[in-house]
Amino acid sequence: MSARVFVVDGARTPFLKARNGPGPFSAVDLAVIAGRALLARQPFDAPDFDELILGCVIPAADEANIARVVGLRLGTGFGVPAHTVQRNCGSGLQAVASAYDRISAGRAQLVLAGGTEAMSRAPVQWALPMTRWLADVSRAKGGLQRLRALAGLRPRYLKPVFSLLLGLSDPVAGLSMGQTAEILAHRFAITRAAQDDYALQSHRRAAAAQADGVLADEIETAYEPRGAFYGHDDGVRPDARPDRLAQLRPVFDRGYGTVTSGNSSQISDGAALLILASEAAVRRWRLPVLAEIVDHAWAGVDPAQMGLGPVHATARLLAAHGLRTSDLAHVELNEAFAAQVLACQAAFASADYARDELDLPAALGPIDDACLNPAGGAVAIGHPVGATGARLVLHLARSGRLRAGAFGLATLCIGGGQGGALLVRGGGL
Amino acid sequence: MRACSWTLKEAGDIAELILDVPGRRQNVLSREVLGELDQLLATLETRSLRGLVIRSGKPEGFSVGADIHEFRHIPDAARAAELTRAGQMVLTRLSRLPYPSVAAIHGPCLGGGLELALACSYRIACDDDRTTLGLPEVRLGIHPGFGGTVRLPAVIGAVAALSLMLSGRSLAPRRAHALGLVDDCVPEREIVTAARTYLHKVPARARPPWWAAALAVPWLRPYVGAAWSWRLKTQVDCGHYPAPCRILSLWSRQAGLEAEALSCAELLVSPASRHLVHLFEVSEELKRQARAEPHDVRRIHVIGAGVMGAEIAAWAALKGFSVSLQDREPAILAAALRRAHALFARRLPPRAAVFAADRLFLDGKGAGLTRADLVIEAIPEDRDAKRALLAAIEGRLPAHAIMATNTSSIPLDELAAVLTRPERLVGLHFFNPVAKMPLIEVIAGPATAPPVLAAARSLAVALDRLPIVVRSAPGFLVNRVLLPYLLEAMSLAEEGVALAEIDRAATDFGMPMGPITLADIIGLDTCLAVAQNLGAALDLPVPSLLARQVAAGWLGKKSGRGFYTYPRRRAWTFRRPPPDPAVAERLIMRLVNEAARCLRLQLVADADLVDIGLVYGTGFAPFRGGPLAYAEALGKTEVRARLEELTGRHGARFSPDAAWSEVGVFPHLALTK
Repeated sequence: MSARVFVVDGARTPFLKARNGPGPFSAVDLAVIAGRALLARQPFDAPDFDELILGCVIPAADEANIARVVGLRLGTGFGVPAHTVQRNCGSGLQAVASAYDRISAGRAQLVLAGGTEAMSRAPVQWALPMTRWLADVSRAKGGLQRLRALAGLRPRYLKPVFSLLLGLSDPVAGLSMGQTAEILAHRFAITRAAQDDYALQSHRRAAAAQADGVLADEIETAYEPRGAFYGHDDGVRPDARPDRLAQLRPVFDRGYGTVTSGNSSQISDGAALLILASEAAVRRWRLPVLAEIVDHAWAGVDPAQMGLGPVHATARLLAAHGLRTSDLAHVELNEAFAAQVLACQAAFASADYARDELDLPAALGPIDDACLNPAGGAVAIGHPVGATGARLVLHLARSGRLRAGAFGLATLCIGGGQGGALLVRGGGL
Repeated sequence: MRACSWTLKEAGDIAELILDVPGRRQNVLSREVLGELDQLLATLETRSLRGLVIRSGKPEGFSVGADIHEFRHIPDAARAAELTRAGQMVLTRLSRLPYPSVAAIHGPCLGGGLELALACSYRIACDDDRTTLGLPEVRLGIHPGFGGTVRLPAVIGAVAALSLMLSGRSLAPRRAHALGLVDDCVPEREIVTAARTYLHKVPARARPPWWAAALAVPWLRPYVGAAWSWRLKTQVDCGHYPAPCRILSLWSRQAGLEAEALSCAELLVSPASRHLVHLFEVSEELKRQARAEPHDVRRIHVIGAGVMGAEIAAWAALKGFSVSLQDREPAILAAALRRAHALFARRLPPRAAVFAADRLFLDGKGAGLTRADLVIEAIPEDRDAKRALLAAIEGRLPAHAIMATNTSSIPLDELAAVLTRPERLVGLHFFNPVAKMPLIEVIAGPATAPPVLAAARSLAVALDRLPIVVRSAPGFLVNRVLLPYLLEAMSLAEEGVALAEIDRAATDFGMPMGPITLADIIGLDTCLAVAQNLGAALDLPVPSLLARQVAAGWLGKKSGRGFYTYPRRRAWTFRRPPPDPAVAERLIMRLVNEAARCLRLQLVADADLVDIGLVYGTGFAPFRGGPLAYAEALGKTEVRARLEELTGRHGARFSPDAAWSEVGVFPHLALTK
């Protein structure tokens, strides 16, 4: 019998939009900021964790196994093992799922899990020919040989490789993530206007949530050594206007596309962390329970249509628990692109899609618009790829929308053609 | 005599002398320890060995030098010279061994300890944070006496050697290696191997770089020395602190060991050195007593991120505590973090600075409160606001937590009155700037429980600050004693004495800065508030000049104008006439009178604490030993006579305190041997 797993607390940094150039914090800094605030209010200390699991997609060169670096800086001491998971956009959710697995299997009681990403600091690298040239130079012996090796440098070797751009492209399908969204928009006939409308709604919902203080519980102010500070997600635009969105030019399919920077998720820096606890740990430390993690599921799809991943993962998860989409009180479906969310909604609603792709007799049914991303999503808030999955679960757990017994779902599409979904239930022990 | 501090071990053709002075935490080179070494060397020098390794058997460190406790028992300069010469002879004997020697150094290697190492052929230092090397003798009003002034310049060159000896600074091992003071700098596990390798390979001895050697040619030395001493005199008053000038003079004259011994001996018995040594011993004793009591503070929660709160929090994080700093305004927290980062960057290597910053949590929501072992309240000086805050947080604290207030003037019982458990409230009065001022007044309210007081003292020492316990009374100790002095300066200004003359009278006396400058730095509005507040409690007249300045908006340095205008232009005047001695007399006598009153009222336990408080809290001329040591040097009757005379001339504010009529000396801290 598997043990029950609870979300007892969580916190995140504000998501900071990347604005041309490295942002103020490294990925480690971000996780430490969220983690320190989280730990400050716990009745236990950092060394009491059994494990630390973080998702991160593009760590900097000095952030190998970033989870361990974060753990040591948070003061876990040497004794708490830590590992980093990488499942592209699903990394943060994978970290939570892995923590769930560890606790439910009885291998851990108290786990710090989440994700961190400083996309603005993604390394700029040199391509292979440059690496070869450097190796030749360092291997050369004697003046003449060295001179000859030095002369081997070609201007094209100096062309930088932006790991962020490569990270956001699918090496198998040869498409950028935006292009996969264009494919979905075409397939489900989603117009530019519909995408822009959805983007606008995301900004308005996020702005309203900021104004209502719904997010204040989950966000910790990030302070920079220079003396600047960031108290909220700075990509949200309360002043977003339809006419301005309509003016933006498509970026991924420059000629005739519909996906713009305005109706896509933002490139951001941020970290989100959760504390997961077994029933024993909840009792031992007298922890408040925010929600229970019920299960998670993962699915693979065509990389060129990776945006449909949530539909497949959700279908599996709901089937395993005998639930329907209408049973879900709160769904966080990551907004990689407005077109992709709308495509998922269309696929949920389509009987044809259910029959052809999911092997189901009837449509899953669309998700009630009011329950879907009620406080906005990545289009407004930003999408630091490694952290987003954890943010979705954190928001589910902390937003207070889940009454006891009600189900909530966090799901996202994953570059490379996958989907992940995690089911939570409101209420206490 | 049986050697009990030194152990001789021999492995093959290498001898090892291990120093472990019994009954002491750190190795000291007392007369006895040096005598034992002399006897051992007498045997060793007849042997044919490959070499000798000298190291410490104590994990704490190599050696902190001469035994300072012995200083007080030296009756006169002749005896002092005898002792110094004896030490020199032992080290000379070491340096003349027929085979090479290595000092393997870990932990502090200071003063005589470094001179011992310098007498060896080679020095190997351990590359860690605990290892420091230096000749801090000038801080005690003396200079190196075991050949340091001769050997150090010969090893690292005059420039580096003189600046090291004149400042009394210590070097980190890597810096010492770069200067050539140590021949190698290795991880602790390799130190013995490295020492043996040197004995096997016998490389050339360390020498100063050519340009430093060029400065040291005999005919050039007087000129270099003169130029340096001109510069030195802009920084220290050689009349008050002769030691640095003596070091320069010894080097310029190429004076040698005998001159060093005589000069050091004279300084050892000078009043300045006696006072500095006494202050040092008292402060060490205070720390020892405070450390004897435990504290279990790991998490500190500071409320109020203004200047004091921010600095306290940053300092505590620097010293290894886990700190949360609470304030409602993120902008204030952000500014606090900026200053904290500047402190960490100044004081710590880069990686340690990151960890220090990670220990400082900016707590906008007050989350740290519920886990704090100690809460320090540092909000603005407003009685009602402080009472409201303390009452509000008391219920949220863990049962074991200590509550501390950083108030500088509000009596503790007024704050404790709102608490259900007043016994856990204590005052921790830090001085501004926290990173520079080495004192904390630990304020004991009438209700404060003794264990809370003991923990607060112990914590202060863990924060690397000197704690003096002061009974809660208006102004506590330091501000109370300082205020009459500041007010008298303003009275003098009101009477038309030139501001610069007032300041110069004080600095000539030995104060680090004049009272007018000090008032400008504190801020005249703050001075006025304290003066009115405290003046009412202590019945002190407040000169109207101060109120007029504040009314005009001239608040001191922060507003660009106070008594002076800022930035201050330097006045170039040659050979100003010395200030009227009556000016200094009036300033100091009021301070001394108030200091005696505080002792008589038993705000602190004894005279040493008054002196320590004023020296470390205000910079009161350390070579004079503090206000009460100064008064004792004058004699109680003399002080009373002077005060009576001043009363006759200037009014009742000078009327001598009853303390001066008591017979005998002031009670001093009983220093155990």
